[in-house]
Formats: sequence, C-alpha cells, structure tokens
Amino acid sequence: MPGASGQARLAVRMTGINKRFGVVAANAEVNLSVQAGTVHGIVGENGAGKSTLMSVLYGFYQADGGSIEVFGQPATIRNADEAIALGIGMVHQHFMLVDTLTVLENVMLGAEPHWLLLRAEAQVRTKLQALMESTGLRVKLDALVADLPVGDRQRLEILKALYRGAKILILDEPTAVLTPQETEHLFEVLRLLRQQGTTILMITHKLKEVMRLCDNVTVMRAGRIVQELPIAGASIEGLAEVMVGRKVHMGRVDEDTKPPGDVLLDAKGIMVRDSLNVMRLNDLNLALRAGEIVGVAGVSGNGQSELLDVLSGLLKPTQGTMQLGGLSFEPDAWLDPLTARELGLAHVPEDRHSRALVMDFVAWESVALGYDGLAQYSRMGWMDHDRMRHSTADLMERFDVRPRDPELLCSNFSGGNQQKLVLARELGQMPKVLLVGQPTRGVDIGAIEFIYSQLRAMRDAGCAVLVVSSELDEILALSNRVIVMNQGRVTGELPIGECTEAGLGLLMVGETA
Amino acid sequence: MSAPAVLPRWADLVLLPAVCLGVALLAAAGVVALVGQHPMEVINALVRGAFGSARGFSYTLYYATTFVFTGLAVAVAYHCGLFNIGGEGQAILGGLGTGLVALWFSAFLPAWIMLPLMLLSGALFGMAWAAVPAYLQAYRGSHVVITTIMFNFIASTLLVYLLVNHLRPASTMAVESLPFSPSAKLPGMHEALAWVGIAWPASPLNLSVLLALLAAVGVYLFLWHTRGGYHLRAAGSSPGAAEYAGISGRRQIMVAMAISGALAGMVGMNEIAGVNGKLLLEFVSGAGFTGIAVALMGRNHPVGIVLASVLFGALFQGGAEVAFEVRGFSRDMVVMLQGFIVLFSGAMAYVIAPRVAWVLALFSRKGAING
Repeated sequence: MPGASGQARLAVRMTGINKRFGVVAANAEVNLSVQAGTVHGIVGENGAGKSTLMSVLYGFYQADGGSIEVFGQPATIRNADEAIALGIGMVHQHFMLVDTLTVLENVMLGAEPHWLLLRAEAQVRTKLQALMESTGLRVKLDALVADLPVGDRQRLEILKALYRGAKILILDEPTAVLTPQETEHLFEVLRLLRQQGTTILMITHKLKEVMRLCDNVTVMRAGRIVQELPIAGASIEGLAEVMVGRKVHMGRVDEDTKPPGDVLLDAKGIMVRDSLNVMRLNDLNLALRAGEIVGVAGVSGNGQSELLDVLSGLLKPTQGTMQLGGLSFEPDAWLDPLTARELGLAHVPEDRHSRALVMDFVAWESVALGYDGLAQYSRMGWMDHDRMRHSTADLMERFDVRPRDPELLCSNFSGGNQQKLVLARELGQMPKVLLVGQPTRGVDIGAIEFIYSQLRAMRDAGCAVLVVSSELDEILALSNRVIVMNQGRVTGELPIGECTEAGLGLLMVGETA
Repeated sequence: MSAPAVLPRWADLVLLPAVCLGVALLAAAGVVALVGQHPMEVINALVRGAFGSARGFSYTLYYATTFVFTGLAVAVAYHCGLFNIGGEGQAILGGLGTGLVALWFSAFLPAWIMLPLMLLSGALFGMAWAAVPAYLQAYRGSHVVITTIMFNFIASTLLVYLLVNHLRPASTMAVESLPFSPSAKLPGMHEALAWVGIAWPASPLNLSVLLALLAAVGVYLFLWHTRGGYHLRAAGSSPGAAEYAGISGRRQIMVAMAISGALAGMVGMNEIAGVNGKLLLEFVSGAGFTGIAVALMGRNHPVGIVLASVLFGALFQGGAEVAFEVRGFSRDMVVMLQGFIVLFSGAMAYVIAPRVAWVLALFSRKGAING
C-alpha cells in the first residue's frame, strides 16, 4: 500500500472506550484517532492506561463499552487472530518467541502456508527475503532465536507482524531493552515502514524518542486522554508536565557538592571468568568514597552486571581483592550477601523481577528480604509480622509507594512502585555503601524524579553510591564521577565536569580517551 | 490469547474448590447413571457410610490422618519449588523406622519412652530417605521428580526384602514381623476416650490423628511465622531473590525435603504403631500418591490439606460402604470418583476459574447498577 492516500484517512478510530478492572477505571471514555501512514506516540506514566488501550485494540481485553473502527470499517476484535485478520500486529515489550526454533520457523509458526513443512519453509523464505529487502529488517533466517541479540529479536517480531499482513503496527515500549545503536537502527526501519504506508502506534514513556520519531502524540493520565497534538506543537517539558500533572525537573541539580570523604569500598584487580572461560571483568579497579555518586556508563553486557554482583557478594571473582568495612576479601573467602549487609552495603539489583523482589510475596514480606535476621523483624527465629507490617507502612509513606497497601502482592505494584519498594528496603537500613543497578528501568517520570532525589540525599548523608545505568542521561544527571566500561575493562574515568555525551559514547564503544 | 481470570481471594479459596467438587460429583453421577445405578442412592450411601455413624466417621478420620501426613509432605516441598513424588517411599521407610525400634526395644521399654522413640525413628527414616534425592537435586542437578519416583520402588522392594529375609519369623509363611509388645501400641481413640468416660465404638482411629493436627499447625507456623519458613518460601518462589538475600538455595532444598520426608515418615505412627502393631507389607498402599491430590486440592495450605484429607478419607470409607451396600457397584467406581475429584480440582481448576470469574463479574456488575 504505497504512499499516504490523504491525511484524512484514519487507520484506527476508537470511540468512548471504557475498561474497568474491579474498581479501577483503566480506560475512561477514551477517544483515539490515528491517521493512516503516521507514527503515533502514546505516552503516559505506568498505569495511565496506554497498555490497556492497546490491549483492547489487539483483542487481548474486551472493552466494557465503546466502539472501534479500523480503516473506516466498524470492527469487533475479540482475540489476536481477529486483530491480525484486520491488519493489526503487535510487538510486545516481552517478546513472544520460541527460543528453540529458528527465525524462519518462528515467523511461520501458526501461519504455515503448506502442510509439508519443507514446502512451507521454501515459500515463507522467498516471501520473507522480499520483505527483508524492502524494509531493511535483516535477520539471519536460519539462526536459532536463542542465539540472537535483543535487537535482532525485535526485528524478528516486527517481521512476524508484517509477514502476517500487518498494516497497523503496535509497539509496546520498543526501546526499553535496546542499546542506543539498536534504537537508532529501529527508528530508521520505522521511518521506512511509515514511508511505505504502515501505520505505527508506539507506546513509550521516553519523550525524547517521541519527539524524534512520532508525527502525533497522545498523552494519557489516569485512564484518560489529557492531550493530543501534532509533534510540531509539542515539547519534552510540556509533555512531561501534562503526563505527570505537575512540573517535573529531570536534569542535573547543580548543587555545591562537598568533596568526597574516606574510601569506603576499594576493589583492586578484579577478574571474572564465566563458566565458558570468557573474561567478563578484566583487571578492574574501583574505589568508592563517602559522599559521592559514581556512575558506571556502558552498553549493556560489558561487565556492569558482573561488577555489581562481585561487589555485593553474589559472584566470586577469579582474582582480585576488596576492602569493605575494615575487612579484606580474597577470592577463596569472598564476601557473601549476608556479610555485605552486616557491613552496611546495600544493593538495589538491576533485575527487579527475579532478584530484588519475590513477586509472590506481599509487600510486607518482601521488605524483610535479606534483613529478616535483624532484631527489627524477628526474634529467635520467629518473624514479627506486626513489626514487619508497621515498618512496611512507614517505608511506603516515606518512599511514596502507591498504593499504600502492605498486603498487596509485589507483582501487583507497577514497575515504578516496585522499584520504590526495593529502594525503601535498602535505603531504610541507612547503608554506608549503596550499589544501584538501573535505578529507573521501567519507571515513569514522576517516580524517576523522586528516585533521583533519594539517591542524592543518600550521597549528602555520606553514603558512597555506585549507579550502573544504560541511560546516559541518568549517569549525567546523578554522578560526581563517571567510569565507562567496555568488554569488562574500564575505558575511562572522568569527573562529571569533563563528561560530554559524545565523549562518553566513544569510550563506551572502546575508544580509549 | 485472552486475559487470565482474576478471582477475589475468598472465591479462590472457598468458592472455586466447592464448584470443582460439585462438577466432579456431577460427572461421577453421570457415569454412575450410565452404568445403570441411581446416583442419588450411591451418594446417599457414600455420605452415610463416611459420616452417618460414629464408627464410619472414625474410619474416615483414620484414613484422613495418613493423608494429612502425606499431604503436608507434598506441600512443604512445594513451597520450596520442589515436587516431592516420593511420599510413598518415605512413608514406607518411616513405617520401617517406627517398626524396627518397636521390634527391638518394645519388650523392655515403657510406652512413654517407646512411643516418642518410634515417632522420632519414623521421622528420621523418612527424612533420610528424602535426603538422598534432595542431595542429588541440590548438588548434582538430578531432578527430584525422577529420583523420588525411583526411590519409591526401591523403598517398597527394600521393605519386601527385609520382611521376607530378616524380619519374618521362620515359623510363619505370612510376610510380616512378630507383633510388638503392648508398650509400642499407640492407644486407639476409643481407648483414649474411654479413659475420660466417653463411650466410642472401636475403630482403627488412634491418637495419631492428634499428631496429624499438631503437624498441620506446626507446618503452618514454620512456613509462615519462622525465618526458616520464610527462607524456604523465598527460595521456592524466586531462587534469584533468595540468592540475592543471602539464602542458599541448596540448603533450602535439603531442609524442605528433610521436613517433607519426616512428615511422610510419620505415616508409620498411624498405620504401624496405631493399627497393626507389627511390620507388614502394603501399609501405605498409595497414600503417598493420594497426598499429592490432597495437597493439590488443599492449595498446599495446612487448613486446606486437613479439609481435603477428610474429603478423601470420606471417599475411602464411604466408597467401601457403597461397594458393600449397593449391588453391582464395585470399588473401582470409587477410584473413578477420586479420579474425577483430582481431575476437576487439580487440572480442570484452570478451566473452571474463568467461568467462575465470569459469573462473579456478572453479579458485581448487577450490584454496581443497583447500588
């Protein structure tokens, strides 16, 4: 379908959409019009209702009321099959791929054109090759999905949708897992698809990306649409304000920082080899001082996760030493997580879902995770539920966790509130050393501002803070000093005054300064 | 693809199991009708047999006692993320442990030493039998489902071997040991009640029913009120989070399986010390597997397990009565009924839950309009 056949043509028109979950109105009287052949951004904080709205469009949920038109035709969409039949494809934030099948098999799965697999594969291969040619979405067709990097998996998801004839593509937080380079590539592809007439709906909370890519943007808050405007009339500050409902300050707070104090954690010559004997950390030296925030920049997977694990006692290095709290650790008697906590080291892990919280626990149970031995929470092996509940209620108040319900399952909090819960637990113990991995991954803007202020407050209270983040903006907004990692090595160390985005970018890809 | 059903807590815990049970009974009634019997007559006889008389009810509770032990065993392992299918073998070893100390010491030790010793020995034997698969899982990565299944076979042949070759008196052909001395006999409920002046018909129901209740309370307190239980559940729900919290997953596997095996091992107190008064074959007779169904139906919670155990006890007892009373109704039909209950309350619960959620939503919407 080449060329936009007139601006007036609507790809999607949703009218008066209502969707309730219990007492919560996830969508209330939502009206959304998406012009064909445009990229339409839908922004909003977690829980604003943008994913629900897209799920209604994709048939995952049934709206309680309202109507949908697709390309001008009234449509009832009861499941994904019906959505696909109408030309709607969706790429979920968490990919829906079979790891043990090849790229080709994943595309074909459920849409085999012939009962003989060999013939089917041949047909799909020809069609896919043409598709890859015209869209620039190149993936090795015979590679196993398990072996693909994240960027390729996403390209595969998009190919899958296009192969099934998607003319309207819904992308849910497409850049959440991508490196800056992969994001750039994705945007090129999306621009090309738009040129070819595909309509793209992108759910995101990264306003910078909306400004760069979208033609129109819709802002949602608390289940309602609060603003809809062409990108020409939008600004990041303006969108953020409408999204959160008040003015937000995201950038650096220029404060007169005290010079850092004593060295609280000193790691020297850390080497880590993984089970395949690949060098993950290579002769890494790092000292953390009281009253400073050290940012670790780098493309994900260059040893930052291993660094956090080694320093927090979760991973034993192959070589190296570490000084912490007056004790010295060698690889054969490395720090363990319990000792780390006793020595005043707190760790907010990168992976909230499988590390920081037990998702099946209620909030007050998770607040004792790692600290259940403290007199605060237990006596002679018996847990003190009342004190755990009280302490949780206190922490929720202090760290603005919503809803303030200690009895709610961890999995039922939004990402941002889960993160605040973890921060509350770790910061609540007033640690001397604080390690934070991806402090704001999957967290919405209002919460990001709050988390930044909490980390700064820890620094001002004399805590040594290490922040690992794949968001360069975050590193620049928080750190006093930045170290850059590439392939397990430190490729640069700069005071914040000497950091530029371009300079750090070079160090991140391994160009030493 | 469609959204998963979300039920309110009360519906999940009370309504759904009740609906599942109802559907199972309906399906069973259908089969009963198909073979030309009257479903109501059968259900009547079943309920009367299980609950209609003091004697019948005692039998129901006697069966339930064993199921509580094996059900709790499955549940404790489950909370650590382990599927212990080895309750059968652990119960056999538990009975062996209970029986061996009774054979060796009951002639010269008094009951107040003998009975705790038998309990301890049974629990330790069960624990040791579970510890081997636990070790293999924790330190060698052999899947506990596979190893516990195999250990069931080893346990039952070990029991046969010991009884036939070592414990059986040469003078008898029956594959069983000599009877224990009276000090190794756990008093029956009718005897215990007679001490306080209550007349109760004789039945196999014995004091181990109280032990089972204590075990249920103990499991509840352990899992939800101690640090040990907290660690165990954390390791079971999220191995990554447990590691992060400094909890050793391997240690938790050992702890969970040890407790699980000890609980299963206590079956010996009911069957060997409470009823038979000697070691013999087939005293577990599948209770280890029924325990899986009991734990499934009881949602791995001690309260649910006690209730589910009484239900399965009633099925066993009532089923026996039905086979006796209703002409042409064989025991196999009772097994079929049990099969339906396991099917509908276990596997089919996920099919039934969305329907229940739908009906509830219908009611709540009506309520919203009215209110």
